[in-house]
Amino acid sequence: MSTATVETPPQDAVPAASHLITVTFRLRRFNPEVSAEAAWVDYPLEIDPKERVLDALHKIKWEIDGTLTFRRSCAHGICGSDAMRINGRNRLACKTLIKDINPEKPITVEPIKGLAVLKDLVVDMEPFFQAYRDVMPFLITTGNEPTRERLQSPEDRERFDDTTKCILCAACTTSCPVFWNDGQYFGPAAIVNAHRFIFDSRDEGGEQRLEILNEKDGVWRCRTTFNCTDACPRGIEVTKAIQEVKRALITRRF
Amino acid sequence: MQIHKYDTVIVGAGGAGMRAAIESTKRSRTAVLTKLYPTRSHTGAAQGGMAAALANVEEDNWEWHTFDTVKGGDYLVDQDAAEILAKEAIDSVLDLEKMGLPFNRTPEGRIDQRRFGGHTRNHGEAAVRRSCYASDRTGHMILQTLYQACVKEGVEFFNEFYVLDLLLNEVDGVKRASGVVAYELATGEIHVFQAKAIVFASGGTGKFFKVSSNAHTLTGDGQALVYRRGLPLEDMEFFQFHPTGIWRMGILLTEGARGEGGILRNKDGERFMERYAPTIKDLAPRDMVSRAIYTEIREGRGCGPDGDHVMLDLTHLPPEQLDAKLPDITEFARTYLGIEPYTDPIPIQPTAHYAMGGIPTNVKGEVLLDNTTVIPGLYAAGEVACVSVHGANRLGTNSLLDINVFGRRAGIAAAEYAAKHDYVELPERPESLVVELIEGLREGAGTERASDIRGALQLTMDTNAMVYRTEQTLKQAVEDIAELKRRYKNVSVQDKGRRYNTDLLEAVELGNLLDLAEVLAVSALARKESRGGHYREDYPTRDDVNFMRHTMAYREVGDDGTESIRLDYKPVVQTRYQPMERKY
Repeated sequence: MSTATVETPPQDAVPAASHLITVTFRLRRFNPEVSAEAAWVDYPLEIDPKERVLDALHKIKWEIDGTLTFRRSCAHGICGSDAMRINGRNRLACKTLIKDINPEKPITVEPIKGLAVLKDLVVDMEPFFQAYRDVMPFLITTGNEPTRERLQSPEDRERFDDTTKCILCAACTTSCPVFWNDGQYFGPAAIVNAHRFIFDSRDEGGEQRLEILNEKDGVWRCRTTFNCTDACPRGIEVTKAIQEVKRALITRRF
Repeated sequence: MQIHKYDTVIVGAGGAGMRAAIESTKRSRTAVLTKLYPTRSHTGAAQGGMAAALANVEEDNWEWHTFDTVKGGDYLVDQDAAEILAKEAIDSVLDLEKMGLPFNRTPEGRIDQRRFGGHTRNHGEAAVRRSCYASDRTGHMILQTLYQACVKEGVEFFNEFYVLDLLLNEVDGVKRASGVVAYELATGEIHVFQAKAIVFASGGTGKFFKVSSNAHTLTGDGQALVYRRGLPLEDMEFFQFHPTGIWRMGILLTEGARGEGGILRNKDGERFMERYAPTIKDLAPRDMVSRAIYTEIREGRGCGPDGDHVMLDLTHLPPEQLDAKLPDITEFARTYLGIEPYTDPIPIQPTAHYAMGGIPTNVKGEVLLDNTTVIPGLYAAGEVACVSVHGANRLGTNSLLDINVFGRRAGIAAAEYAAKHDYVELPERPESLVVELIEGLREGAGTERASDIRGALQLTMDTNAMVYRTEQTLKQAVEDIAELKRRYKNVSVQDKGRRYNTDLLEAVELGNLLDLAEVLAVSALARKESRGGHYREDYPTRDDVNFMRHTMAYREVGDDGTESIRLDYKPVVQTRYQPMERKY
């Protein structure tokens, strides 16, 4: 122990060459091959706060513990692989910068809720994709195909633009309290993808899809808590889309 | 171990794989194996558009498109294939529209089109509006639309199945495809898929560079495993560096930004592309723009304290235009750089983007065993393949086109082949190579971490095999890779489990990257000329006398087990265009 009289510069006065700060990542770890119980584990890291949470997870996996398991691919918010619950909110790890989520306190990272956890941050996506497939997410048309393209005005194209942005990351569906309590509910993402076709002027399957969403696990389960809209990393107005489907069910106009 | 039997097996579920699956599922019992979920594929990251001479907004025709493709590829393009690409482009776009793809529309309701690098009117007169697009998320829309069509068609997917080996068997003296071996991520179980026809559509290999627009998962798995089975890889030295990646991160900012009027500027604010390509300026092909950027940087006109980047300036474009046409890339700038593109230019640098080379095929998608012989039952399409429609440099919007045209062709050809042929018997212990690989890594007592080796590989590739190359840098790369391959023999994984062992699979992927990086560097070293994406400072001009030919790289294993690469060459198919100097 020394009582140094020579001034050492405080941490934040270190020149710009090093931007590293210490951040604790508190991860929800689970590996049924090792233990039936999940547990929180802390990983203190020296990291640039301008990096993504995904970069921090990679740093842990590549430098500290190779058993840490999560899905990722594109790393810039397009592929939808890495939705997770970061500080209690659903986000894409690759679209969340550390500096934007208060690195002063431990940053918690856990799997998205409502789908079975298989290992660490990996959940069973099958029920999610099943709900998607159940709403007939494809163009339905009758009659002969035109030789050239089907015509669609820019206004008609704009009508469903918002819901074409969906990347099927499940951030919305797994932020929904109704989905947490009842996994049978189609959930916001499936409804968003039904909306994308119901309001497409070229599509003729709207009535069929509306009947599917009129069922007991359908659109009426939505309690408009807006969690889904807040969670969407693509900025889709999810709750609004669900409301538009409800209105279409009442008026049968879309 | 499980054994499955399907008529047709497709490896990969990006654009090419799903386009093939839609066709082959209609005609044969098909399984699609993908190491991700289909909608995670990197087709979804493509932004700017898909080229087709629809002539919806101005005069255009497929012959001009063919010419641009051949010239853009610096005449290394096989011209018969380019003609098919440009001709079938029109129906490919219309097919997607009929599947439901939400293209942007003209006021008349037709598919809208915009300008893109290297696409011109009447053989180079001026830029032409040929790119069919959906905002700056065309790849996303194509991936979603193809997945939707697959759901409609009832395509059978095996998600998170890593294909790790190709099974060939000799019957009547001819090497034929008999199946693939896959590793199921969820359980660690090995699956053998016996198939009459196999289509590889497993995508690119851009993760051997550090600054890359490619997904973490683009590790050249398909290329590497056929190469290890003795099949050649074509033109691997030709790798495209996209001019506008986000500085240091490499995230793609579409060429469509320049198609909409964006301008590249150096530290003096100068529009430097006027000096390099006086006619089409910022819309010159990607290889030329990337070289121009590095020339600016090397001559001291780069931006920032280190002078290591240039700026993409969109500030003169109306915010409404950015919101309508470029919403995703402007959001990337805000999210990752904290920059508002309405008012501030975006720092960019070239980013490793696309492999022009790959598994050689003919125009039916049949894989070649040498310059002319096909392997019955084996097909490839998309970035994993080399037809070759991109030659030495791919034009923007031609890859979304390639996956649709040749994905469709390979899907049809594979299913038709499967209908007419019987299964080829599986080789003895078909799983042996994969079991050896997996167990070797899992049980190995090595001390090397895969991530350290991968980092070192990316560093040497960025330093020595990028936009500018010389004999010296390439020799350095070859040497470094050889050393890394030695270290790789001593790699171990921390995760010894069976369930979702991504630690293990990352080590496998690294092995693929190492092999392919070596092929790239060795092929590049031997090509003593500059052409398209391959630029040698020590041989700065194109040499049509000695190098108007495709490189074919083969893996050779000596009697003592030592590996080496044998290079051979294949003639370029020329039909109507004679090589000319490439000016824009």
